Amino acid sequence: MNDQMTPPPALGCRSAPVLKQRGQREVFCGLTGIIWLHRKMQDAFFLVVGSRTCAHLLQSAAGVMIFAEPRFGTAILEESDLAGLNDAHAELDREVETLLARRPDIRQLFLVGSCPSEVIKLDLSRAAERLTQLYAPKVRVLEYSGSGIETTFTQGEDACLASMVPVLPDTQERNLVVVGALPDVVEDQMLSLLADMGVGPVQVLPARTIDADVAVGPNTVFALTQPFLSDTHAALVRRGARHLAAPFPLGEEGTTAWLAAIAAEFGVTQDTFDAVTEAPRRRARQAVAQAAEALDGKSVFFFPDSQLEIPLARFLTRECGMTAIEVGSPYIHDEIHGPDLDLLPAGPQISEGQDVDLQLDRCRAARPDLTVCGLGLANPLEAEGLSTKWAIELVFTPVHFYEQAGDLASLFARPLRRKRILNGPALEAAQ
Amino acid sequence: MKLTVWTYEGPPHVGAMRVATGMKGLHYVLHAPQGDTYADLLFTMIERRDHRPPVTYTTFQARDLGSDTAGLFKRACQDAYDRFKPEAIIVGASCTAELIQDDPGGLAETMGLPIPVIPLELPSYQRKENFGADETFFQIVRHLAKPAEKTARVSCNIIGPTALGFRHRDDVQEITNLLYELGIEVNVTAPMGATPGDIARMGQAHFNVLLYPETGEQAARHCEKTFGQPYTKVVPIGAGATWDFIEEIRMLSGSTAQIDSDRLRQSWWSRSVDSTYLTGKRVFIFGDGTHVKTAARIARDEMGFEVAGMGCYNREYARDVRTLAKEYGVEALITDDYLAVERAIETLQPEMILGTQMERHIGKRLGIPCAVISAPVHVQDFPARYSPQMGFEGANVIFDTWIHPLVMGLEEHLLHMFREDFEFNDAAGPSHHGGHAAPQAAPAPDAAAAAAPQDDNVIWLSEAEKELKKIPFFVRGKARRNTEFYATERGLHEISLDTLYEAKAHFAR
Ligand code: SF4
Repeated sequence: MNDQMTPPPALGCRSAPVLKQRGQREVFCGLTGIIWLHRKMQDAFFLVVGSRTCAHLLQSAAGVMIFAEPRFGTAILEESDLAGLNDAHAELDREVETLLARRPDIRQLFLVGSCPSEVIKLDLSRAAERLTQLYAPKVRVLEYSGSGIETTFTQGEDACLASMVPVLPDTQERNLVVVGALPDVVEDQMLSLLADMGVGPVQVLPARTIDADVAVGPNTVFALTQPFLSDTHAALVRRGARHLAAPFPLGEEGTTAWLAAIAAEFGVTQDTFDAVTEAPRRRARQAVAQAAEALDGKSVFFFPDSQLEIPLARFLTRECGMTAIEVGSPYIHDEIHGPDLDLLPAGPQISEGQDVDLQLDRCRAARPDLTVCGLGLANPLEAEGLSTKWAIELVFTPVHFYEQAGDLASLFARPLRRKRILNGPALEAAQ
Repeated sequence: MKLTVWTYEGPPHVGAMRVATGMKGLHYVLHAPQGDTYADLLFTMIERRDHRPPVTYTTFQARDLGSDTAGLFKRACQDAYDRFKPEAIIVGASCTAELIQDDPGGLAETMGLPIPVIPLELPSYQRKENFGADETFFQIVRHLAKPAEKTARVSCNIIGPTALGFRHRDDVQEITNLLYELGIEVNVTAPMGATPGDIARMGQAHFNVLLYPETGEQAARHCEKTFGQPYTKVVPIGAGATWDFIEEIRMLSGSTAQIDSDRLRQSWWSRSVDSTYLTGKRVFIFGDGTHVKTAARIARDEMGFEVAGMGCYNREYARDVRTLAKEYGVEALITDDYLAVERAIETLQPEMILGTQMERHIGKRLGIPCAVISAPVHVQDFPARYSPQMGFEGANVIFDTWIHPLVMGLEEHLLHMFREDFEFNDAAGPSHHGGHAAPQAAPAPDAAAAAAPQDDNVIWLSEAEKELKKIPFFVRGKARRNTEFYATERGLHEISLDTLYEAKAHFAR
């Protein structure tokens, strides 16, 4: 499988010094994950216990309102709930009762903690226990924190999945659990690649419904499809499972390396591996090459957002010909991001956390060809003449595995192509 | 605790942001966790602003809670001053910071910044966005505006427009021009576009034009008391209201200048025979209090609609809207629960909704056309073209906007005549919307209607049911309701073809 592989760089970024600044962080909180998690888990409801701000965040982050009644909502704390915690618990029970009566299709309920619920120390784990007893076996009630004082953007999914790990059934079986919420179509592609290699049994966390037979035990190995799942990683290790470290399945190279780590673990022969991956690899390379034409030789600057920044920088530099100036990530975990850092050629400033004003100064000074940033920064930077890609699209769009590698490159290429089109007539006129 | 899915208003600090972002030279230091920075995107994405809102968030984390969130706030405040050099700073807390009780106002005061620092108290667990904007603007005016000699020429301030306001940008332009025609100079427009320095000289104006009571009424009252500036009570949305507004301005200013109303096309457009089909269309009106009040008048008196119901989501205007509803002979719906609004619409089966983006979605689901008249705003509410709601041009814009979702006059007749034509039928929807509008829309009224008979214990015989299906979708709900009402009133338990046409004759107008 190495004949077509680009060799790793002589010097990667794994041991590069990391710039850590503390100031204003311009990021979403973990509640945002609900927007995609509630589509993924078809029998789950996410009940945020929070404030009007939390409800407004969900509504604004969803961008367009999803008007098929969404499987999430906010129980907005009111003055009276702040006065006495017992009353707040009683109120919560009442809201849950109405909700479950109205939505008999709900089998899993997540109580999601927010900044206000945590500051007033409203114990949602106690509530989840009490409600589980009340509604078992029909409905399982779990809780996790999506608060902005505890979690950053994609960490909400991490917290959600981590909350599910302790209640997964035990197994002694040797199985592979693939962890991370992927769009159904991508997940199906991934499962069929693994099936074709003869890897199995494979289970996915989060499963589409509560009835799926995801189990974990000492013979379980697991692979992550998303780089922001450190707590889930830790929870699975606590259950005796073993992590298969690998670069993330973004781009052709990442997908191949990710599959190869699993193939090695399950003793898949080189011939089988090649037979299964050859055609999609070729397609992926071709699609990336077409889309990457606009990216070749261009520079990119990442503001920290989703923790996808390091694998994406690896993809853009190694498969699309870009140069990374700064790669910012809200958090960096060596165990999880290490394999991608190994492949990312030395050179860019790696940064963790943020002081947004200082980082904007660096970005303006560097004038990158493409800046990957949040929605709050994109238009202001465009107005200053920089091209931007909103990071949030990367978690809302199918980008993983072979068949999406070209789409992934296109997402980054589109702002540059657009600028070229719009500038075209003006430039010609100028000449 | 109250379960909410979609909200009409954000929290009060978002209202404060609308004031700060509308102004220039003002900075807002907001004690808040990192996730609250989402609010920036409302301005940069929905309103497409090319600058970040002038807001510094402290973004405290859980690990700061035990230690020194107050120190963090002071550092953020100092950094913001050093970097942005504003003329004045407003400071406040979001919902979470309110709970940790750091007192941003008190902290900022001790820092000895060489500029005015205005503390905001916005109770996050009781009030909402409009209150936040109104209160913030009031505090800014209270702290900065000084008594001053009146300008030599008659002048006024325009009060209320903010960032992220529903058509505020164009309303201000329209009304500024109208005032100019009346010979009145605009002293300061605020908050939108004003600096703290401008606020300081608001006292020079002879009176105030309050465009948006939701976001400017407290400040207007304050100016009336402190500077003796009366303020306008008429909101000039609609042709009639614009004439009343002009009259009010003449009273306040003594202006006798003539107004050229040639560009007011709405009045003739509405009288032209092509508009006959609008007569008696039953509309449901929902939005913020001010826009609902003005829309009701336009709907009844200028479009010839029948107002079938109305309501508002901001409780501050509950009393006004209830009074008005009584005048229109309908029940007022005061709620910020969109499910309650949806239920009301489902029951009333209006032929059209004048509402917010929420009602637009409700309408989509129920197959009822909807025109948007009020915030909460959506990216579509910031069109590239000039598109005010106020003044004469506003009246024109409203006429066009409201009839756009409807099936037009002659087309309506043709649909009645050829209702079984496989191409030219109601599933095709208004012809000017392309072919795709109705297929989702058409089934909805059926679905809603199918459930109705059981409730009232009236059974539709299959012939009558079939005939009902031939009636175009945009009047089908009304026909069904009327027929059932007619049957129930007469103690009938079955609706036959005859009942259907008897009812039709009964309700004919
Ligand atoms: S940061 Fe906290 S208060 Fe703000 S939306 Fe997120 S959970 Fe709610």
